Amino acid sequence: MFDISPTEWTAILLSLRVATVATLVATPLAIAVAWLLARREFWGKALLDAAIHLPLVLPPVVTGYLLLLTFGRRGAVGAWLAEHLGLVFAFRWTGAALACGIMSFPLLVRPIRLSIEAVDRRLEQAAATLGAAPWQVFLTVTLPLALSGVLAGMVLGFAKALGEFGATITFVSNIPGETQTISSAIYSLIQTPDGDTAALRLVVISVLISTAALVASEWFSRRALLRLHGS
Amino acid sequence: MLRVEVSKRLGEFTVEAAFASEGRVTGLFGTSGAGKTSLINMIAGLLRPDRGIIAIDGETLDDTSARTHVAVYRRRIGYVFQDARLFPHLDVRENLDYGRRMNRLAEDGAQWRRVTELLDIGDLLDRRPGKLSGGERQRVALGRALLSQPRLLLMDEPLGSLDEERKEEILPYLVRLRDEAGIPMVYVSHDPSEMRKLATQIAIIKRGRVTAFGGTEVLPTANVPA
Repeated sequence: MFDISPTEWTAILLSLRVATVATLVATPLAIAVAWLLARREFWGKALLDAAIHLPLVLPPVVTGYLLLLTFGRRGAVGAWLAEHLGLVFAFRWTGAALACGIMSFPLLVRPIRLSIEAVDRRLEQAAATLGAAPWQVFLTVTLPLALSGVLAGMVLGFAKALGEFGATITFVSNIPGETQTISSAIYSLIQTPDGDTAALRLVVISVLISTAALVASEWFSRRALLRLHGS
Repeated sequence: MLRVEVSKRLGEFTVEAAFASEGRVTGLFGTSGAGKTSLINMIAGLLRPDRGIIAIDGETLDDTSARTHVAVYRRRIGYVFQDARLFPHLDVRENLDYGRRMNRLAEDGAQWRRVTELLDIGDLLDRRPGKLSGGERQRVALGRALLSQPRLLLMDEPLGSLDEERKEEILPYLVRLRDEAGIPMVYVSHDPSEMRKLATQIAIIKRGRVTAFGGTEVLPTANVPA
């Protein structure tokens, strides 16, 4: 039962890589968007909010197909990126990371936004009177005080990215060694005769990784809270 | 020299105040809701006047006719709030050092010692704001504002959230500050006895307007309840 085959290892490592890259690239962007939504009034704010939450309500296969249309080799953005930056998403692990990043983005933004909204603006004012420019106020007061939300969002986003299936398989297919993540490997194994044991193995591993991520998030937010309220 | 000539509509209420002060401590005296806090928030740059001029030592900070508005963080005006507003994620030492770091000033050991001794906060440096008493918190807030090396120090009822005993604990520090720190101050309070002890020039604020300006003689003679 616990004899993990090389193909399975490849899928596990690929899943971890895809989810890690997706989370790390999406986090700064999510912090920026969360800050905009929490602290600024601007035209189109409701539209931006809706656009971010769209992947949460759209069928994943629709999101995947839209990604294929935009970021595919013949897609407007995809063709440009391939030509000018040599960045190809279609049928590559980078595409899987992109799909996971977009699918997990709303889960990343929400806790960060809530924790930024909870930061006392009077502290930000005090920082400004002490000579901190707006970006310094953000880096030294707002962000550290919102840290537990950022970590919670990252873990939630990571867990979502790890389990993403529909958009990924639609956009980058199910190529072993390139785009076959744990989810798509399980899907393939279930459809293969005698694949049950291997599928079950990956299911157990997937449960273990997700549990570890949740425990880690709990630990980080506890630590962050302790930091805030002084020890 | 601090020159203020501003008007600002706040809901149903209009602050329309003008005064010029040379004093070491300019007191803004009035009941709560008279517009004192709005007035010093305008001096700090936290609130933008609808019309008018604010200038310190000939430097214009606000001039609505010229569309001048210097941002809060460029004003070099310290602000001690009624509610201290220490950063909860930083210890006392980091709170005190915050202004120096943000303004990229060189470390100044002598100034650091002067301020921590003046305010008796040398023993609190490793503590978190959450572990300080109200009086200690307010002294650290004072030190934090002083160490950012402001050219003017604003204080909005710094004793307002303290009980009588704590007030008596902090007042002597404020007097020492006035006599030793050499930074002009604007002191907001509704307590005539605090004003008598601290202010060198006083503006009486009523319903958003300056109704009298002068020495301690402009204060009401009887202790009016706040």
